[in-house]
Amino acid sequence: MSLVRVEIPYHLRTLAGVRGEIALDVAGAVSIQSVLDALEAEYPMLEGTIRDHGTLRRRDFLRFFVCGDDWSHEPTDKPLPEVIATGKETLLIIGAIAGGD
Amino acid sequence: MSKVRLLVGTRKGAFVMTADGKRDKWKISGPHFAGWEIYHMKGSKVNPDRIYASQTSGWFGQVMQRSDDGGKTWEAVGNKFVYEGETGTHQWYDGTPHPWEFKRVWHLEPSLTEAETVYAGAEDAALFVSKDSGQNWTELRGLRGHGTGPKWQPGAGGMCLHTVILDPKDPERMFIAISAAGAFRTDDGGATWKPINKGLHSQYIPDPTAEVGHCVHHIAMHEARPGVLFMQKHWDVMRSDDAGENWTEVSGNLPTDFGFVIDVHAHEPETLYVVPIKSDSEHFPMEGALRVFRSRTGGNEWEALTKGLPQKDCYVNVLRDAMSVDRMDECGVYFGTTGGQVYVSPDGGESWNAVAEHLPAVLSVEVQTLA
Repeated sequence: MSLVRVEIPYHLRTLAGVRGEIALDVAGAVSIQSVLDALEAEYPMLEGTIRDHGTLRRRDFLRFFVCGDDWSHEPTDKPLPEVIATGKETLLIIGAIAGGD
Repeated sequence: MSKVRLLVGTRKGAFVMTADGKRDKWKISGPHFAGWEIYHMKGSKVNPDRIYASQTSGWFGQVMQRSDDGGKTWEAVGNKFVYEGETGTHQWYDGTPHPWEFKRVWHLEPSLTEAETVYAGAEDAALFVSKDSGQNWTELRGLRGHGTGPKWQPGAGGMCLHTVILDPKDPERMFIAISAAGAFRTDDGGATWKPINKGLHSQYIPDPTAEVGHCVHHIAMHEARPGVLFMQKHWDVMRSDDAGENWTEVSGNLPTDFGFVIDVHAHEPETLYVVPIKSDSEHFPMEGALRVFRSRTGGNEWEALTKGLPQKDCYVNVLRDAMSVDRMDECGVYFGTTGGQVYVSPDGGESWNAVAEHLPAVLSVEVQTLA
């Protein structure tokens, strides 16, 4: 079991009723997919808000950042770096700065 | 009946407003779900403290909320909307086939008899039902599957199922409306559906009298006469006296018959309200004057209601779900604008007061009349 730190956008923190980073116990290999599985298991109200129901595709206006790199287009089952898996660095889930009104 | 509760959905959150029977002093709570679009909120008639809300975002998709204490606290419920069976295609803006894609819930309609049952009208157009207070949703697939689905196409606001009307005298009968497909009716609880668009004339589509393809903006019904329907179409105000089988135009002397909202007085089934909008190119009132028009003859003869409403320099819109009427002895009429104003008339439209003037753009207004 790994303790992974995740930061999610403000509106999702509000929806989930959390403040700051979220620490998650992740079973098995640590990947974006397994982290999201653990996140949604702990906070079911987040299902469908980061990735689509069914297809599990990342929503268009969200991005995954790992140690300063954009992992949004990486395979979601690709193992995350050791610093993420050990909780030394935070997996960032970021909402696009996409204008709007 | 001693008080009213107004449920206002806006581009940036939800507001719950309460007043006593005089409807002159309002307590406003909110924004709930600040920063999110709230397309619609509606309370159950079986349990008025149960309120459902559709919370959406271009970033985070669809969230559904339910309150069991009249809007004081909320709980996120199920947001999984999956089209049943083969997804199929509808027409895209350019006329090519385009697969159905769920985007958001436009309208929520709680059952008239079961507090746990609620219907959701979605974009891309489909009707869903939950029988466990919003936790799980199932598509009533007979609507998309009855045959005309491939001919439906989106209006400017998307291909949305925005109107759901339950027949209070026949639990098997429902009416829905879709932009831009038209109106549909089921007589068997949603298993099968038929288009009910005969008499509609839409000159902006290839066949102006086609079975489907009409941009219906809203439909209203008085619960005492469920066979009589009133429609604000893209252009034209329409009326049906046979549950949608045939429609006739009742625009009459309206200065323009483009608009979005339409509603019926709570106690006078032949008294209607619309807010004429200049045109489909200019979505604001004519001459900068915000006027509600009332007909006391079921259409055709309309009078402008202006007392208390801005009569110059007003260029707001009133969107399709943003009008409602209460059931107080003297019927109250409510509407919200894209400029963030919410107006109430406690005297059936004779005079108007602003409940709020600086909200985000108002998407929907529903009122509950409470004991």
